[in-house]
Amino acid sequence: MGAGRIKPPLGHDNAWWWEMADQGKLGIQRCKNCGVLRHPPSPMCGECQSLDWEAIESTGAGTICSFTVLRHPQFPGYDYPLIIVLIDLEEGTRITSQLVDCEPEAVEFGMPVQMRIQEDPDGFKLPVFAPAGTGGAA
Amino acid sequence: MSLKDKTAIAGIGVTGFSKNSGVSELSLAAQCVKAACDDAGLPTSAIDGLVTYTLDSTDEIEVARAVGAGDLSYFSQVNYGGGAAVGVILQAVMAVATGQAENVVCWRAMNGRSGQRMGQGVSGNIISSDLIHWSWYMAYGMLTPGSWIAMIANKYMHTYGVTREDLGRVAISQRNYATTNPRAFGYQKPLTMEEYLASKMIADPLCLYDFCQETDGGCAILITSAERARDLKQKPAIIRGITQASTRGQEQMTSYYRSELISLPEMEMAAQRAYAMAGLGPEDIDAASLYDAFSSEIIMQLESFGFAKPGEGVELVREGALDIDGRLPNNTHGGLLSEAYIHGMNNIAEAARLIRGESGNQPSKNVEHVLVSSGVGVPTGAMILGVDA
Repeated sequence: MGAGRIKPPLGHDNAWWWEMADQGKLGIQRCKNCGVLRHPPSPMCGECQSLDWEAIESTGAGTICSFTVLRHPQFPGYDYPLIIVLIDLEEGTRITSQLVDCEPEAVEFGMPVQMRIQEDPDGFKLPVFAPAGTGGAA
Repeated sequence: MSLKDKTAIAGIGVTGFSKNSGVSELSLAAQCVKAACDDAGLPTSAIDGLVTYTLDSTDEIEVARAVGAGDLSYFSQVNYGGGAAVGVILQAVMAVATGQAENVVCWRAMNGRSGQRMGQGVSGNIISSDLIHWSWYMAYGMLTPGSWIAMIANKYMHTYGVTREDLGRVAISQRNYATTNPRAFGYQKPLTMEEYLASKMIADPLCLYDFCQETDGGCAILITSAERARDLKQKPAIIRGITQASTRGQEQMTSYYRSELISLPEMEMAAQRAYAMAGLGPEDIDAASLYDAFSSEIIMQLESFGFAKPGEGVELVREGALDIDGRLPNNTHGGLLSEAYIHGMNNIAEAARLIRGESGNQPSKNVEHVLVSSGVGVPTGAMILGVDA
């Protein structure tokens, strides 16, 4: 089994997001001053420069903005071919993730998808997406 | 104060390019820096400035000691991988134009195949803003430049009907140049569309031949004032316009969160600023060395630099515009795809050769202005070289 996938290094600006994932939630950062949602997270709002923010929970519903199928090189801890997707979440932010329960040939631009939390054999949890209607809904 | 026409490329130097140099990166750096001085007709003791990439493993003072440089009054490094290519030249240009130094050599030397390879993934435990940036990708297995670029290429190609054959046309055009360039990996190795289409997919829609080389080698560029360059050995390549460029929403390789993914905003900014400084437009550009870590980047840049409208860059490729008798002969040495991957420094060297009229694939038409760009999908830059008036 090995060490599994590479774990994200955690710091002040991202650890909270992975802690939410560990609790089964997909987080989005929201500026407490102007309400703008932002991802990837950042300590300051680029719109109003406020340092105050909060995390909201995404519904996990979205569509595929773009994708790639990674075939080579193959790193330990990942399943290939590995489908990587950019998802436009219904809240309006965009997130990079993995598509599961879908053949590489079946991926389409604009395809509706739903987030689910995947737990690796080593216990690491991360948000992934599956085609909507395949049991991906929470 | 404008930097227009203040400085020139007076020397270019390259080592041999290979897959296993058998020497240190310091040795490659010293060899290419010495070669650039020889090319300019200057002793190494005339060097008073040195600039390289933050990714380069060799410090400026080590190079200075190795080549016997003079006292250094300027030394610096520029970040963002291949995005630094024009940036290091800009450092030298500013140093020379402001009188901080007289002869500044920019170099990039790497054992890019036998040593630290670029596609070996990102990981680590030191918390920095850069590492937090990569954290959003590494857990998902996006660990290589190809994986990052493929996401943009796929969206662009889907939106505008660009096909794998179109990417193949770019790769083959550059390979055709390389087949006659003895320095090039692609020397005497022609590439057919059948071979291109049959090669293995790496990160859809990109296949093996859409990726640049991995190379051991070094390349150096000597910058001095336009005035001094006129008294040196070579015909000067005058730097008419030059800029770095990074825009809102800029990430390193993964600027995925802007509203549109099918253009290169930082490259459009670089184009606008380089053209404005030079007082030129796309119609004045005779040839180019557009950064080509991946074939798809060439088509997108044709739009960024105004050679085609959005979505129409592919038409130029299909018309053969990039070929030696085309509208915009591009990467006439073979580029990063088929000559060598020296992080764009070798593309700058070829642009200077085109201005001198000394490319191994010199177009028959008059070449007055050549455009060069830095890395695509990263903080970047652009430069316009011109023939001395």
